Amino acid sequence: MKTDINFTVNGEAVREAIEPRTSLADVLRDNLSLTGTHLGCEMGACGACLVLLDGAPVHACLVLAVQVAGQKIETIEGLNNSGLVADLQEQFHDRNALQCGFCTSGMLMSAHALLSQNSMPSRPEIRDALSGNYCRCTGYEAIVDAISATAERRSKIVEGVQ
Amino acid sequence: MTTSKGHIGQSHRRENALRHLAGRGRFVTDLVLPRMLHAAFVRSPMAKGKIVELDVSDAAAASGVVRVFTAETLNDMCAPWTGVLDHFAGMQSGAQNLLAEKEVLWAGHPVVMILAHSRAEAEDACELVMLDIEDEDAVVDGEAALAGGSPLAAEGLDSNLCFQTVLKTPGLDEAFSSAAHVVEGNFTFGRHTAVSLEPRAIVADFDPSTGQLNVHQGTQTPYQFQDVYSRHFGLPEGKVRVIAPDVGGSFGMKLHVYHEEMATVAASLKLGRPVRFVADRLESFLSDIHARDHRVKARMALDSNGGILAMDVDDMTQIGAFSSYPRTSVAEGNQVIRLMGAPYQMPDYRGRLSVVFQNKVQTSQYRAVGHPIACAVTEALVDLAAEELGLDPFEMRQRNLVADDAYPYVSATGYQFEKLSHQASLAKLRDLMGYDALRQEQATLRTQGIYRGIGIAPFVEITNPGATFYGVGGARISAQDGAVVRLTPAGDVYCAISVTEQGQGTETIIAQVIADQLGVTPDQVKVSTGDTDTTPSGGATWACRGAGIGGETALRAGRKLQEQILTLAAAILQTDPTLLSLANGAVVDTATQHERITLAEIGRIATYRPDTLPKGCDHSLTVAQHYAPTGYPFDFTNGIQASYVEVDIETGVTRLLKHWVVEDCGRIINPLLVDEQIRGGVVQGLGPAFFEECLYDDMGQMVNASLADYLVPMAGEMPDIEIAHIETPTLDTILGAKGVGEAGTAAAGAAAMNAVNDALRPTGARVSQTPMTPMRILTALGHL
Repeated sequence: MKTDINFTVNGEAVREAIEPRTSLADVLRDNLSLTGTHLGCEMGACGACLVLLDGAPVHACLVLAVQVAGQKIETIEGLNNSGLVADLQEQFHDRNALQCGFCTSGMLMSAHALLSQNSMPSRPEIRDALSGNYCRCTGYEAIVDAISATAERRSKIVEGVQ
Repeated sequence: MTTSKGHIGQSHRRENALRHLAGRGRFVTDLVLPRMLHAAFVRSPMAKGKIVELDVSDAAAASGVVRVFTAETLNDMCAPWTGVLDHFAGMQSGAQNLLAEKEVLWAGHPVVMILAHSRAEAEDACELVMLDIEDEDAVVDGEAALAGGSPLAAEGLDSNLCFQTVLKTPGLDEAFSSAAHVVEGNFTFGRHTAVSLEPRAIVADFDPSTGQLNVHQGTQTPYQFQDVYSRHFGLPEGKVRVIAPDVGGSFGMKLHVYHEEMATVAASLKLGRPVRFVADRLESFLSDIHARDHRVKARMALDSNGGILAMDVDDMTQIGAFSSYPRTSVAEGNQVIRLMGAPYQMPDYRGRLSVVFQNKVQTSQYRAVGHPIACAVTEALVDLAAEELGLDPFEMRQRNLVADDAYPYVSATGYQFEKLSHQASLAKLRDLMGYDALRQEQATLRTQGIYRGIGIAPFVEITNPGATFYGVGGARISAQDGAVVRLTPAGDVYCAISVTEQGQGTETIIAQVIADQLGVTPDQVKVSTGDTDTTPSGGATWACRGAGIGGETALRAGRKLQEQILTLAAAILQTDPTLLSLANGAVVDTATQHERITLAEIGRIATYRPDTLPKGCDHSLTVAQHYAPTGYPFDFTNGIQASYVEVDIETGVTRLLKHWVVEDCGRIINPLLVDEQIRGGVVQGLGPAFFEECLYDDMGQMVNASLADYLVPMAGEMPDIEIAHIETPTLDTILGAKGVGEAGTAAAGAAAMNAVNDALRPTGARVSQTPMTPMRILTALGHL
């Protein structure tokens, strides 16, 4: 039995007919072809499927699609297009803070959420904020470096403006 | 003729990282094909038993289900595979087929395959299968498996011993009888697994109208699978295309033959439509290869000055119910016994390897095959010896590491080392980590009840494997790689190469190498990988062969094309090709560096106006090059790692404070990528040293097969990792690059174990089992 849900994804109104058991991750990936949201464990441990639900990072694998009716979802594709994380992406690129790229969408979500709340996190705070994101390739240090460098750069821009 | 244009050795960023950062990766998991079916498997719930009843009729009638396969209806599609190699004399393993027939041999063994319109429907139908298994005693423990009267892990084996071998030098007994000191230890290394973040994924797509099988697969080794699918399913090789797009981590795990992938291909051949299988995380734990699972008894003989005379090692490794295919599950133990003592001047050695079957998931090659075990055992004994002799760990290594001017050098286990830099690495590490200050800090903190430890571990890493690795044993695993390089009509450069990309930066380093040969920038070189139809055949990426063998292939291809371009340019310019060279996207006068003609102009003339060229002038502008190592059988790299830890002796919890690596991978093509390979490798070494373990109960059930229970290292637990380099290029190749992918993993755990034991030293406790969990540390301390 399928049910219709309406929600917003990356600023676009979406209407999908889905089974109630369908996860948000599956709707994003299968129905909407937004494959930047990755599935690594399907139990909320690895962080590869993080998306923003009304601005807060959530595991798309643990959220049922019917739960997001009427709400706003932002995926990596949306963040990329909006340019909101362009500086983070650049720092990740500079520092090679990704290898296979499978965790990267989730890492950017966590980093974006962290920097939205704490503009100058310490390295331990960054490592702590990434405690829901597994990476098997980088050893994490480059990711921490990239986030830290982004924070510093943003703070300099703010100082410059003032 | 060619000189470096300076891109080799530079930290170029990866262009292919941009699509991942944008969420536009192209993984097999993202692929949707018309009429594609989804597969799910019913797996054995128990470690060993006989299938007495199997009824799939309810499942076949379930909503969304298109077809249900059992061994009876699917296995005849495929020639069984057997994981043995000729050069491992006497090794045995049962033949494997798609789905379990009559008996199940590990908890997770696939028995039934269900194809449905969605994975959810396929999984629903799995619940409707009636599978009755008569439980039998499972062989769980390797030592018990070898004891008399133990049941066999599988029918048809003559014992639970898969393989046994002994390496021995003539002077071994004399070395031990004349030794001033003998130190010894028993070590246990837990099973762990790759946990690639993208699970195994495959979409097999057979088109009956053309007889073409296209397989999209998250694998490191597309050519190997082209060969496997062709031979085992009886298809002409030219009708099998394997495409490996972005691969979400592999680490050696995604080059083995698995039941599910083979069954997916079989199902697509049967149905003539695309079939997709993507493992979920539980299935990954129950079917991806595991690794390690060794028990080692070892002793070391020393003279009165602390000189190492010999090692005597007994390694028992437990590999599951079958030897994996096509590389076998013996390769790891074989490397363990051959890498023991590798960094040291050690005249004598005896190593015995016993490879044992049990009813668990297969173990096989995973990042740094065998290295961490050989390194941990060797370095633990060297530290024990230093302690007994009252020597500082650095002093102990300095006395025993092979001197940097002693090469070529042959180890007691028979490995031939071209040139390593152990002593220089040792000295560099000491400076890098500020050793003396750390020792002072450690002593000061000790008076405050804080237990910190410093551990070091030199290592030798095997890279650039030639045909002696697998080929001599009869495995159809390519020892060579191939590249096709061409100049496009617009003057751009295009390279198709057989080495593959899983995020290491293969495409980037190949572009750098070719750019230097053709006088262009790396962003003008488009590199494509991972498709057996569009790239030349080769071994691809495993055992650190991407830079050393792939890079050399690219270099030679680039030089061939350079020669063609210069010959053509000379014809056009009516001059001698030896007076010309390539730079800045053009042919230049070598003496003056003045531009004579651009590559774009060469491309234009060769493509659109060959009529203006002298008669007989070759204007193809496309070259092919294959390359296999012909010098040493393998290249070896070396390095040394250090670990600084703090152990809370009340809770047993270890905090990793800092890690250092000095590494010599020969010519460095891209320092940025090399450093990140090392850091990632270190974390894959520290994970199993402290956290990662596939835990089984007495019945052979894996009890932590989820990412909530199996501990993967997280950002908060991992230390910062400082890296320094020494460059000793191999003279076997023009490029001089060796490998670097295993280096981080090889010695991280060894350094960490030495560091933990250094921290525990005042308590008299020792840990010799990984992972070094709080429980095991507390047990060693006598608190439990």
